[in-house]
Amino acid sequence: MSNLNNLTISDALDGMEKGDFSAHELTEAHISAMEETRELNAYIVETPEIALEMADASDKKRAAGNAGLMEGIPIAMKDLFCTEGTQTTAASRILEGFVPTYESTVSGNLWNAGAVMLGKSNLDQFAMGSANITSYYGNVINPWQRNDSDAQLTPGGSSGGSAASVAARSAMAATGTDTGGSIRQPAAFSGIVGLKPTYGRCSRWGVVAFASSLDQAGPMTRSVRDAAIMLEAMAGYDAKDSTSVNVGVPSYQKALTGDIRGLKVGIPKEYRMDGTPKEIDEAWEQGIEWLKSAGAEPVEISLPHTKYALPAYYIIAPAECSSNLARYDGVRYGLRVDGESLDDMYERTRGEGFGDEVKRRILIGTYVLSAGYYDAYYNKARRVRTLIANDFKKAYESVDVILTPTAPSPAFGIGEKMDDPIAMYLNDVFTVPASLAGLPGISVPTGLSSEGTPLGLQLLGKAFDEETVLKVAGVVEEAAGFSAFPQLMAGGK
Amino acid sequence: MSVDKNTVAKIARLARIRVDEKQQEELTGELNQILGWIEQLSELDTEGVEPMTSVVEMTQPLREDVVNDGYYVDRVTKNAPESAHGFFAVPKVVE
Repeated sequence: MSNLNNLTISDALDGMEKGDFSAHELTEAHISAMEETRELNAYIVETPEIALEMADASDKKRAAGNAGLMEGIPIAMKDLFCTEGTQTTAASRILEGFVPTYESTVSGNLWNAGAVMLGKSNLDQFAMGSANITSYYGNVINPWQRNDSDAQLTPGGSSGGSAASVAARSAMAATGTDTGGSIRQPAAFSGIVGLKPTYGRCSRWGVVAFASSLDQAGPMTRSVRDAAIMLEAMAGYDAKDSTSVNVGVPSYQKALTGDIRGLKVGIPKEYRMDGTPKEIDEAWEQGIEWLKSAGAEPVEISLPHTKYALPAYYIIAPAECSSNLARYDGVRYGLRVDGESLDDMYERTRGEGFGDEVKRRILIGTYVLSAGYYDAYYNKARRVRTLIANDFKKAYESVDVILTPTAPSPAFGIGEKMDDPIAMYLNDVFTVPASLAGLPGISVPTGLSSEGTPLGLQLLGKAFDEETVLKVAGVVEEAAGFSAFPQLMAGGK
Repeated sequence: MSVDKNTVAKIARLARIRVDEKQQEELTGELNQILGWIEQLSELDTEGVEPMTSVVEMTQPLREDVVNDGYYVDRVTKNAPESAHGFFAVPKVVE
C-alpha cells in the first residue's frame, strides 16, 4: 500500500490540484488495496477497468480546469444502487446477473462530480440485516479484530461492505443506504464516519427499494469533512423521486466552523437503557464533556416513546418490503425457476431466490398487511410513528442537536446473535427512532472499546439541518482525535 | 396474536414464496417470537393519533399527464429471463 490510501478525500483533492499525484495513480493504489484485502469480501464485483477509465477522464477534466467536487476520488458503490452496465444484485440470488440499463440518480450525481467507481460493495441481502451475514455472496469481515484474537468480527450492516472497504483503505469513501441504521451502525462498528441525511435529501430513484418511507442514501467516509463533500455531491432534488424534496443543497463544508458556543445539545434520558455496556455510557459521557468544553450546553431531554420505535419499525419496514419485493417474480429480471404453472413458477423463483431473513420479513409484512390485521398492526405502527416524530419535534423546540451512542455494543463476532432475530434487531435501538422521524444523523468514531474495537457516537439533527449535525460532528471528531488503524487493512498493520 | 403452521402456509401462499413443511415449522416459531415482541405496542394508547403517511410535510408533486419517456423496448426487456417479440414471456396461463 502506498500512503495515497491513507489520505482523506479533502487531502487527495488538494494533492491532485497541486499536481502531486494523478487520479490514475490514486485509483491504481486503491485497486491494489482492493486486491490485497479480498479476504474481507467487501466487494461483490470489482471494476478496475472502469475505474481506470474514469480516473483518466478525471485527470483530463482537471487539466482542463473543470474539476468537480469529487474529481478523481475512487469510491465503492453499495450494490443496492443501479449502475448502468454493471451487475447490481442487492446481495441476492434473485438479482444475480441483473445488469441495469440505467443509472441511479445518486450514483450518477457522484460520477458527474468526478468520483471513480472501484466496484460494487457487499451488503446484507436487500439491505435487511445488521451484521452483513445475510448476503448471498458471503459474509463481510470487519477489518478490526479484538485484542489478542483473530476471531472474525462483523462490520455491521447493512452497508457492511461499504464500511469495511473504507476502514481497510480499499476505497476513499463509499455510498451507503440507511433504513433503520444501515449507514450509522456499520460506521460505528468499523471506526469510520457515516451520515444518513434527512429523508428526501437524496433521490431514491434507481436504488433497489427496501422500505420506501425510510430508505435514504448517504456517505461513508474517514472524516467529517469528507462526509460533507460527498453529501453535497450526492444530494439534490430529483423529479423522478416524488419524495425528493425541492430545497437547495448548501455547501456543507462551510458549516464546519468548529464554533458550537451556545448550542444546545439534547441528551435523551430514554437512551440510557438497562443492559447497555458501561463503556458505551462512558463514551457518551465523554462526548458530552467534549461538547461542553467547546462551549455547547447539554440539556436533558425526554423522547418518551423511544422504546416503541423498534417494534413499530419491525411492522412498517417488513410491510413496505413485502410490497416492494413483490416485483421479483421471475418475469422481468433476475432469476426464474420453472414450475408447473405461472403461480408455481412465482413460488419456486421466490422460494429459491430470497434468503431466510428476506423471506422472514416478507412473511411478517404480508401478515401485518393482511385482512383483519391491517388496523391492529400496520395502522397501529403508523400511529406510533407519529408519536415518535412528535417526540423529536417537541425536543427540537429546546435543543439544536441530540447526542447519543450509535450502537449498544462494539462489533460482535460473526456467528454471535445469529439464531435470535430480535437480538439482532436490537442493534438498531439508537438509530431507528430518527429513521422513523426522517431526521438526519451521523456516527463519528470516538475511541476504542476495552476489546480494542471502535466505538461511535451519534448526532441527530432537525430535518434538513445536516449543517448543524456536521458542525457538531466536526467538534466531536477533533476532540476524539481517533487515529487508530484496523488490523486487516491494505498494507498490514 | 400468534400464528400456527397453517397460517404460515397461507401467508407464504399469499406472498408467493414456496416454503416446505420443515421451513413452515421453523418459521412458525420465528414469526411468533417476532409477533410476540411487536405486541408491546398494544400497551400504548394511540386513540386520536393520526397514522403517519409521510415523514416530510409536503404536498404531492403533480405534472402534466403526457408521455415523457419510453420507446426503448429492448432496454426494458434486456434482463428478462425470457422475452419474445418485445414482450416478457411467461408460462402458458390459458388452455
